[in-house]
Amino acid sequence: MAQTAVASQPSRRAGINFGRAVRRYGWTFAVYALFVLLMIITVIIKPDYGPFEWNTLTLAALPLAFAAVAQTVVVLSGGIDLSVGPLMALANVLALRAMLGHDLRYSLGVAALVLLVVTLAGAVNGLTIVLTRVPDIVVTLATSFIWSGLALLVLAKPTPGIPFDVQNLAQGSALSPWIPNALLLLLVIPLLWVPLRRSRAGLSIYAVGSDRNAAFRSGVNLARSRIMAYAVCGFFAGCGGLALSMTTGVGSPLAGTLYTLSGVSAIVLGGVSLAGGRGGMLGPIAAAYILSLIPAVLIYLGIDPNYGQMIQGLLIVLVVMIGGLGVVLRRR
Amino acid sequence: MAALPNEPPVAEAAPLLEAGGLAKHFGPVVALRSADLRVRAGEIHALMGANGAGKSTLVKILTGALTADGGTIKLGGQPRSFSNTAEARKAGLICVYQDPSLLPDLTVMQNLKLTATPIDTFRRYLDKLGLGGFDLQAMPRELARPTLSLLDLARALAIEPRLLLLDEITASLPADLTVRVFNVARQLRSEMRSVIFISHRLAEVSALCDRATVLRDGRTVGVVEPAQGAEERIVKLMLGPVAEEVTRGAAAQAAPSAHEVAVEVRDLRAGILTGVSFTLHFGEVLGVAALEGQGQQELFDCLAGVRRPESGQIVVGGKARTFRHPADAIRAGLVLIPADRIQALLRQRSVRENIALPLVNRIRRWGPISPRREKRRVESAVKRLQIDTRVQSEVRRLSGGNQQKVVVARWLAGGFKTLLCFDPTRGIDIGTKRQIYGLVKELAANGAAVLLFTSELPEIQLACSRVIVLFGGQLVEEMSAAEADEPALLRAAHGLHSVADAT
Repeated sequence: MAQTAVASQPSRRAGINFGRAVRRYGWTFAVYALFVLLMIITVIIKPDYGPFEWNTLTLAALPLAFAAVAQTVVVLSGGIDLSVGPLMALANVLALRAMLGHDLRYSLGVAALVLLVVTLAGAVNGLTIVLTRVPDIVVTLATSFIWSGLALLVLAKPTPGIPFDVQNLAQGSALSPWIPNALLLLLVIPLLWVPLRRSRAGLSIYAVGSDRNAAFRSGVNLARSRIMAYAVCGFFAGCGGLALSMTTGVGSPLAGTLYTLSGVSAIVLGGVSLAGGRGGMLGPIAAAYILSLIPAVLIYLGIDPNYGQMIQGLLIVLVVMIGGLGVVLRRR
Repeated sequence: MAALPNEPPVAEAAPLLEAGGLAKHFGPVVALRSADLRVRAGEIHALMGANGAGKSTLVKILTGALTADGGTIKLGGQPRSFSNTAEARKAGLICVYQDPSLLPDLTVMQNLKLTATPIDTFRRYLDKLGLGGFDLQAMPRELARPTLSLLDLARALAIEPRLLLLDEITASLPADLTVRVFNVARQLRSEMRSVIFISHRLAEVSALCDRATVLRDGRTVGVVEPAQGAEERIVKLMLGPVAEEVTRGAAAQAAPSAHEVAVEVRDLRAGILTGVSFTLHFGEVLGVAALEGQGQQELFDCLAGVRRPESGQIVVGGKARTFRHPADAIRAGLVLIPADRIQALLRQRSVRENIALPLVNRIRRWGPISPRREKRRVESAVKRLQIDTRVQSEVRRLSGGNQQKVVVARWLAGGFKTLLCFDPTRGIDIGTKRQIYGLVKELAANGAAVLLFTSELPEIQLACSRVIVLFGGQLVEEMSAAEADEPALLRAAHGLHSVADAT
């Protein structure tokens, strides 16, 4: 046997490691930088940009941010959930049906119940995937029709009637005109996610998405972690549905369904790896704001906002390409 | 049987682990028929067997990763069975695999948290393994494989296991790190804890282990004390009655300079590789010896068209070539057999399709593939390599050795001039190994040129007629097979120049 001592590993002391910070959080920084850049451009285009416009943006971004965050949890666990939008629609119409004509306290009870129901619906998604071993994309495509159908049964057509007190929870600005409630409501996300991420349960969500075999060998209960990811996804989708109720004041069986794919756009833009295991919540939230800002900017410019979809598509391709370029350059 | 110095004088200590008649099948494939294993407390016990003999399955059953179809496991006299790895871990049984099980996207710290590993103990064992002061915020995705193996080992040690299973952990470790692993294993033994050690390297087994259980075709066929000289017996047990005498030791004799030049490498630079030049002739097997990460990967990548060199030339057939894609290299007659079979094979496809894959490029570019011509060439390659085709519908269900044969068969059917073998026998059992080396020599004798890197230095002499040694990205030594015994190679591979004087 060779006894030669080859110093194989440079041992580094913990500390601030700039290169590593850039590698790990560079994308998130870049997304926020892009958002700030877009905001600056917006203010240049529309010099009288004020609290009202900012409030409008936060209202538009709130449901999308929740949709993105919901999808992020599942994608981190190595899955995909095509039923996020329909789950939001379900929460939205259930809220309207139960809150119609009631006061704030009663409505808050309803909201809690709706969140519970939609969380369970998410868990059903996960349970079906784990038990039947049918691919997640197939299961959630199927359940997306089921949740949509249920939403239509609950409410056949868009109906206004969310109590004003409930709407004001999102639409007002309790603290300052520049800190609208719709921005503060995003705090629900870290409130649940930060403790979860630090716990073994949250780590195991990352683990199953990162390398399922290694996760299994590390003693992670794969089935439980995956089901939990779908349940948490359901919870956030429920938040998204309630956000729709509060920001629009309307219960609509179809409005929510659009959020599945725009949520996926937001997580791609937000730097979450669709292969699972990599990414966080901060990126997708910023991406939701970027995607909501684009149509507004087009209106300010007097361009048909329908171009917004195309620009959104171009933006995603561009950003992902730049990201890919970064990876290539780093390898050199 | 040799008496062992570190054996307690008591005839039979109560076994720590006693497994009897373990069986497991996956559909029609029987992985384990009836495996018996007794491991004493304070013993390093080798588990040996050819590929497909059932070692991995046995390890997985013992650590709860698989549930047995039949048989019993007793731990300290108590019957136990584990339905998952966490349960086995609680009972003090833990396995470290050849490919590390740290999650690539969680920091080392988070990995430890995920498995509820005590950090202090982990640190202590890291110190012992020579990784003191390691930054726990590092991300495994960004770490080198040998480091990951050591981290994984330290994580397993940190739970203070009663029985540690090492499943070919040394296969991806350079020699100096292997020594550290051995030291830790010996320490466990001195604390009356036990280690099950799996390795294809007989030298390691006889250096480290007290006893060895040999498996063949899913059955325990013998328990041996692997003292010096018992190697042949172990090999015979592993190979079984069909054990044929393979001409071992007789180094391939060839007259390389008489033949034409197949490939000439001039002043090649790529990554760590700096200014490497050599010629490879038709009719010879040129060995490449190097420790982990000395530039051999870069060299093979350049030759196979996987990577473009920064400067220097690769001359094939008198012309300097630029390979933009592996297809360019294949067209020039340079084909690669990588260490990792998974890189080369379409795992879900059949043996036949895998072998015929490069044929599709050639026989008929467009239009339908002629099944008859394809079949003929594939069958002759399968026969020549004695590929076990019982489960031919999906390559991933073959054993590692047979998978590697499929890769070789592909190029046999496809045709080539120069074979680039990058550690082709990594993790392959001795029987198959000998077949592969025999084949490589035969190919060279028939006029092909072969460049062969192997991480197992003693095997250089088995197959090669000439050796070049890489160290720190430079070609530091060239010698004939006769000179290239293990000590000489080892010294050269560590960059010690005075080889000629020392021997």
